[in-house]
Amino acid sequence: MWIHPRRFPQALALLFWLISSSPLQAALDIEIFGGGATQIPIAIVPFATEEKLAQGVTPVVAADLQRSGLFRLVDTTGLTPHEPTQVSYPDWIGRGAGALVIGSTVALPDGQVAIRVTLLDVARQARLASYSETVPAGQLRAAAHRIADMIYEKLTGDVGVFSTRIAYIVKQGKKYALQVADADGFNAQPVIEYTEPIISPSWSPDGTQLAYVSFENKKPVVYVQTLATRTRKAVANFRGSNSAPVWSPDGKKLAVVLSLMGGSQIFLVNSDGGGLQRLTQSPGIDTEPSFSPDGKHIIFTSDRGGTPQIYRMPVSGQTSRTAERLTFEGSYNVSPHYSPDGKRFTFIHRSGGRFNVAIQDLATSQVQLLTDSQFDESPSYAPNGKMILYATEVGGRGILSAVSSDGRTRQQLSTQTGDVREPAWGPLPKLR
Amino acid sequence: MKKFLGVLLISLLSACASQTTKPSAEVEDKSVGTAPAESGGGSAGTTTSPSLNPLTDPNNILSRRSVYFDFDSYVVKDEYRSLVVAHAQYLRDNSNARVLLQGNTDERGSREYNLALGQRRADAVKHAMTLSGARETQIESVSLGEEKPRATGHDESSWAENRRADIRYQGE
Repeated sequence: MWIHPRRFPQALALLFWLISSSPLQAALDIEIFGGGATQIPIAIVPFATEEKLAQGVTPVVAADLQRSGLFRLVDTTGLTPHEPTQVSYPDWIGRGAGALVIGSTVALPDGQVAIRVTLLDVARQARLASYSETVPAGQLRAAAHRIADMIYEKLTGDVGVFSTRIAYIVKQGKKYALQVADADGFNAQPVIEYTEPIISPSWSPDGTQLAYVSFENKKPVVYVQTLATRTRKAVANFRGSNSAPVWSPDGKKLAVVLSLMGGSQIFLVNSDGGGLQRLTQSPGIDTEPSFSPDGKHIIFTSDRGGTPQIYRMPVSGQTSRTAERLTFEGSYNVSPHYSPDGKRFTFIHRSGGRFNVAIQDLATSQVQLLTDSQFDESPSYAPNGKMILYATEVGGRGILSAVSSDGRTRQQLSTQTGDVREPAWGPLPKLR
Repeated sequence: MKKFLGVLLISLLSACASQTTKPSAEVEDKSVGTAPAESGGGSAGTTTSPSLNPLTDPNNILSRRSVYFDFDSYVVKDEYRSLVVAHAQYLRDNSNARVLLQGNTDERGSREYNLALGQRRADAVKHAMTLSGARETQIESVSLGEEKPRATGHDESSWAENRRADIRYQGE
């Protein structure tokens, strides 16, 4: 039943792009381990005149694609086509490229930059996609992420997640910061900073708000903060502990865990804090709810059977004393998180003192361990279901890692200093 | 301002903590700022001096504020029974007194699950106190989970120190 993780070779890819790209805004460094067996060989030619810009475009595109584990970068040295008519296909076939990306940037007098990009199929010698856009110079990274999304989508058939954001907590000395960064770790922005712990950030489905738990008032209280305005509201500040917020897929409600009526039990509350409604009723602990993508079920951690295991129950609007147990392997399975297609869930499985990321298929109940580290926590799916972001520990320090949902590729995201934990992968941008 | 208050609160708390472990001549001075309003009665039997707040008098059992638990357990052990009963009786005799019970866990495992485990520890102390005469409305049990470790090491002695429920009176 168990599929054990492959042993990963030592760091295969030393990321020259990280060194060569501008470190000015770098908050997170990324290291990649392993790599899929069937990577797409892609050549990305530096765009015309991009070396004159403060921020290059193609280094960001290349880093995005490489980080996904699905692409292998082909050397472009000595070949500099920028237009389809300048492409000599035999050269690229000779270098083993399956896909070729060319383009140009033009710095306009008003400070904007006009970008043109073309994606070519080398074997068929055909154009797969082509577009132009003009962006402010300060948004070149975002434009590059959109190009990477386009390439990823054309070549893999899946939605790209390079334009998404992640939220996480950084503990530095006695300070705790909830930060939001681009999915590649750049552009990290603090949402709030406190001298008391913050845990469990959760994105609203539209990506405009974050719910989280703050201990600033001597006990855990659930807040919802609007990112654009920085205004925030306590949505669960009941007697006792308030924690584990997660948004319903329609964004109208939050599932939260309250000790209001004894124990730790799951409730629904409107996103403005009203309309409290109890969901679970057990003599034990019920916590860490996660909604199915259709909003009809929750999975959660409960010790009602003696050890913490993962259970599923319908969200019917009524309190339920029963739930279906989903995990049976081992004595500690916690922190469930539904996949975006609702067909599986990721969770933390403890075995022999190790805490590892696993996934379980809901139809077959088959479990796959994805990591072999010591202390993994808080797994969450990328919105395309292809990667799982989680917290782990290296040398006693908390860092973020991501593993492909087939377990083949892992990458570490780490800040220079401080403990990073509690990651949550944000939703896809609304307008694509 | 909020941040400042938070810092102030922390420094006051750490001042309190140092009082309980290392009593010194400063005890009286510092307790002026943190003494709960309901301290006047002095009804706890072992009060040594009428000028001392029984809750912070190092010679009074009420100055002891921590109940320790075994791994994966929320059973209040016999050795803490007298401590819990003393606080329960203080609450019974001082109907205006309010306490916050904060449950804690060691760092291993899920943060949210640990928060729920810490809640169980605080709830267990609350239950024991209500059985000994405290009123339910005087006690709020909450959890800090693994988020506020008193011991910051990554070994069994630190973990044992952090498997704990703390008793804090309103105003402290």
